[in-house]
Amino acid sequence: MNHWIILPILVPAVVAPMIVLAVRHDIVLARIFSVASAVIMLLLGGILMGMAADGQTQMYALGNWPMPFGIVLVLDQLSALMLVLTAVLGLVVLLYAIDGWDRHGRHFHALFQLQLMGINGAFLTGDLFNLFVFFEILLIASYGLMVHGGGPARMRAGVQYVIVNLVGSSVFLVAIGLIYGVTGTLNMADLAVRVPEVGASEQALLQTGALLLLLVFGVKAALVPVHFWLPGTYALAPAPVAALFAIMTKVGAYSIIRMYTLVFGDGAGEMAGIAADWLLPAALVTLVVGMVGVLASRSLGQMVSFGVIGSMGTLLAAVALFTPAALSAGLYYLLHSTLAAAALFLIVGLVVDRRPGLGDDLVVAPTFAQAGLIAGGFFLAAIAMVGMPPLAGFLGKLLILDAARDTDAVVWIWSLILATSLLAIIGFGRGGSTLFWKSSAVAGRLETDGVPESGALSFVAVGLLLAALVFLTVFAGPVTGYLDATAAQLFETRSYIGAVLD
Amino acid sequence: MEFIVASSVGVLTAAGVYLLLRARTYPVILGLTLLTYAVNFFLFAMGRLSVNLPPVISDEALGYADPLPQALVLTAIVISFGMTAVVVAMALRAYLESDSDHVDLSRSEGSEKADHS
Repeated sequence: MNHWIILPILVPAVVAPMIVLAVRHDIVLARIFSVASAVIMLLLGGILMGMAADGQTQMYALGNWPMPFGIVLVLDQLSALMLVLTAVLGLVVLLYAIDGWDRHGRHFHALFQLQLMGINGAFLTGDLFNLFVFFEILLIASYGLMVHGGGPARMRAGVQYVIVNLVGSSVFLVAIGLIYGVTGTLNMADLAVRVPEVGASEQALLQTGALLLLLVFGVKAALVPVHFWLPGTYALAPAPVAALFAIMTKVGAYSIIRMYTLVFGDGAGEMAGIAADWLLPAALVTLVVGMVGVLASRSLGQMVSFGVIGSMGTLLAAVALFTPAALSAGLYYLLHSTLAAAALFLIVGLVVDRRPGLGDDLVVAPTFAQAGLIAGGFFLAAIAMVGMPPLAGFLGKLLILDAARDTDAVVWIWSLILATSLLAIIGFGRGGSTLFWKSSAVAGRLETDGVPESGALSFVAVGLLLAALVFLTVFAGPVTGYLDATAAQLFETRSYIGAVLD
Repeated sequence: MEFIVASSVGVLTAAGVYLLLRARTYPVILGLTLLTYAVNFFLFAMGRLSVNLPPVISDEALGYADPLPQALVLTAIVISFGMTAVVVAMALRAYLESDSDHVDLSRSEGSEKADHS
């Protein structure tokens, strides 16, 4: 048994109460603890990725109960990859937040650590009910973070966000109940063994459970028709929180990939491929809704939020093909879209800080401090987001188009991805030129009271995210090599089942 | 017994969904509570219904009640209890700050960035 696997959950679980109990009155100490924990998680992510790189699935039985009765954590290449992505994003967002944002409310750092703990747990667990518990942990931390700093509009968007997710949790429990009632287990590896053996009389119950599960993960992943909570939440959340939330939609995508390759994948007998028929149309509609929303947005935050919806559509369209090549392309796009969306949300935060009274509304107004630098960052991040060459978004879309070439849905996927990319280019082009370019034609200058809060460290955070995007582009070869192995491992379900149950 | 359990789950869910679709936060929270009750009932029944059967191993037992759903329901109750407290607190705060307890965001709020205070 490999004890490293539980550390990404334990470290934030220990640090968060320490911040609440010991250093809550000293923001500097809280920052030191928080950043140290994020650095440790990044190191752990690297170590675990190294351990998973040989293609062996490893497991950690909590309490050392015999399988399949105990709760199990499982490390494979996909989990390791998601852990590293979370740690990178968490560290960068934390750098932005300690520039001053964490002072706006209390307990920012403790909530932030708990959020990371929930996300790491969701990526590591090999048990369906445990996945529900980690979802709740990351959600309850996100409720606190979402309304950090307060304000009427943000509070009300927060209430909406909580209610939608509580309904989602109820549906999740119903799905778990149905699946347990039919199969008698909640261990994912054991489920993969039992699902093909379910008799014909209980197929209907199991199908209902499997599709309800897809609905729940769809809520998390902002899939149409359950995407409506995302624009209000992300656009009204504080900038660093919105940037961290970029990984939250990917938790939904990860769960879809995990469940519908392992449990309801090719080996599931009657249930094989149950998700694909629903996922592909939903993903394509999501893509269109997101990119049309980009075109119609009235503020930059809203525009980026709809961009996130659109990118989730692209990502899930690739996932819905359920072939190794498409999944590998989808994972590459997942890495890219998380980083690009986070960079854009942080840039929105920089803009809001410097336009008093206007925020990020897309109206022509006089120029503001450091407009040139911010415009440059926005230009790069927007290029990545819409998928224009030379950055990673272009490569990601190219890989997805290439992977879709031999499938039945090729016409739909090609035409919609290409057409919506044009919409996104127009939308982000309009947003950028309204905010940055046209402002030079207006006399005067917007001045903030004193120095804007987000200073040098915030620019470093944005720069790091952009550098990560460039890294992803330059080292696309090795990265896709790793992702090909990851996708191959996902379809080799027998090694996963063997690692857990034997 | 099956009829009573099934119909109570159904009635609770129907009432919960009806209340969820109301426009103000208080009925919506009540609806959420009813929905979680329905879900807890449902989870409880997923180990199959049985009367007078022990959940732990005993020599005289003719059969066993599934103990796992009971543990799951306990977890679900604790989580939903905590979540209800959170949503009540947040709804109160939102009402006090904005003087309106409508659930939906008005058109202007949707696009306006919260005050940077």
